[in-house]
Amino acid sequence: MVDVAVIEVRHLRKSYGPVEAVKGIDLRVEAGEVFALLGPNGAGKTTTLEVLEGFRRPTAGDVRVLGLDPHDGGRALRQRVGVVLQETAVEPYLTVREVLRRNAAYYPSPRDVDDVIDLVGLDEKRDARVKTLSGGQQRRLDVGLGIVGNPELVFLDEPTTGFDPSARRGAWELVRRLTGGGTTVVLTTHYMDEAQALADRIAVIAAGHIVAEGTPQSIGGRDTAAVRIRFRLPGGETPPMTVTSYQQGWVLIETDDEVPVLHALTGWALERGVDLDGLTVERPTLEDVYLALTGTAATAVPDQPVVSV
Amino acid sequence: MSAPTLALHQLRYEQKMYWRNPPSAFFTFAFPIMFLVIFASLNTGERISFLGGLKYNQYYTPGIIAFGVISACFTNLAMTLSIRRDSGILKRLRGTPLPTVSFFGGLVGNAFVISAVLTVITTLVGILFYGVTFPGHWLALLVTLALGATCFCSLGVAMSALVPNADAAPAVVNGVLFPILFISGIFFPLPPDGAFSHIANVFPIRHFALAVFSTFDPRLPHGVTHGFAGGDLLVVAIWAIVGSIVAVRRFRWEPRHG
Repeated sequence: MVDVAVIEVRHLRKSYGPVEAVKGIDLRVEAGEVFALLGPNGAGKTTTLEVLEGFRRPTAGDVRVLGLDPHDGGRALRQRVGVVLQETAVEPYLTVREVLRRNAAYYPSPRDVDDVIDLVGLDEKRDARVKTLSGGQQRRLDVGLGIVGNPELVFLDEPTTGFDPSARRGAWELVRRLTGGGTTVVLTTHYMDEAQALADRIAVIAAGHIVAEGTPQSIGGRDTAAVRIRFRLPGGETPPMTVTSYQQGWVLIETDDEVPVLHALTGWALERGVDLDGLTVERPTLEDVYLALTGTAATAVPDQPVVSV
Repeated sequence: MSAPTLALHQLRYEQKMYWRNPPSAFFTFAFPIMFLVIFASLNTGERISFLGGLKYNQYYTPGIIAFGVISACFTNLAMTLSIRRDSGILKRLRGTPLPTVSFFGGLVGNAFVISAVLTVITTLVGILFYGVTFPGHWLALLVTLALGATCFCSLGVAMSALVPNADAAPAVVNGVLFPILFISGIFFPLPPDGAFSHIANVFPIRHFALAVFSTFDPRLPHGVTHGFAGGDLLVVAIWAIVGSIVAVRRFRWEPRHG
């Protein structure tokens, strides 16, 4: 099971009329991974996902999902893939159990319906009609429908948008349990903490391009980026090293080599009897990296409209 | 499961959804029965001169059987598919391995079941309360109903492709249907050489109603080989083909806003 690509995308392009939503992206998702696609609205996330799900035919490029062309993979492919779309849509007049049992029959070796109900936390609602469920409960049922066929690969398009914080933790726990069973998960999200908590790998997509790809720890050079040391100094004091900036009493030092700098700084402060008020040492957060990446991408291609798709 | 087994599986759930949805059950199911009771009660004892003095209810009951089939097939499918498409349910289903033929098999099967139940109720009400007689044209009745149900299912699917969104569905579907029902003489008989009848002859409703009436026409010789209205059935069959072509070419799984 080494180096098995569940998804392989080469030079994918997708246009809607004159508008190019995806402008040549490459992706590779390995078996058992949780892969997160991050990007602003209209960056091409959902278009990419819908090509992978088989809803859209690519304008150009080569796309393989479980070794098959997703648009022409037909029933054989859809039996192995679970799809949870951005918008929840379940028949309102069936009960939770009925709708899961109905869909389970579409697959050759489905999960046990009652197990799925427990897994998505709807055990108290199993005989409730779908229309009586709250939005969050319907979303969980939607996720349940995505996994009832016991798929090898699950697509989750913004699975927790609109969830309260505890419901989001519950959804994360569910994704972890899925991957614990070997399922590959591809998800899109707006939430950095979600990507950080769940993803083995992240790709950031902006204006139709992939602008960075990597683990949550290393993406965008996070692990090697300059460390930022910030503190306040009483007036008149000047630290004995290169300072990046002074702003309203705050001193900022950016360095790639933080250990000697901190050693020198704290040694100096102790010797002089100076307080380093509000001292912080931090690397850029995933959010910093994301904002820098998506902001840069938007200015790098200023004449390309960002389209909502 | 094979595609036919899955179609039966779908039919079970389509039945549950249909009967649990009060508005749909009311509009497609209760409407024809309501019309039957109102018009048949108002016109008991009336006779139709251009049909050789035939009793009104002997003409009207088969018309309501036709209306029931149209309601269960055309109205039901056009509405159901528009609503499910707009809410994203169809797209969701497209992401599952359910074969298209099984999905439509379940829907059409459901429409046939409702048509059959409505036909039995309408006929029984007509016979028991309004003095209607059935001359025993069983084969003609079954063939006519099956062809009509097929035609109006295909037109219902085609109609759903022309409806812009779920909000517009009732207005568009009924706006197309009711004027044609009226000029086709469903609710009150219209002489066959009038202007309305000439217009109505272009559409399948009048032909279907006449074909059903023919299976109830006591003036025809009795027996299983009688009661077929060949010319009318031919027009219904042509519309079935037209509807199928439009349905196959224009049907969409995704909402129009994309």
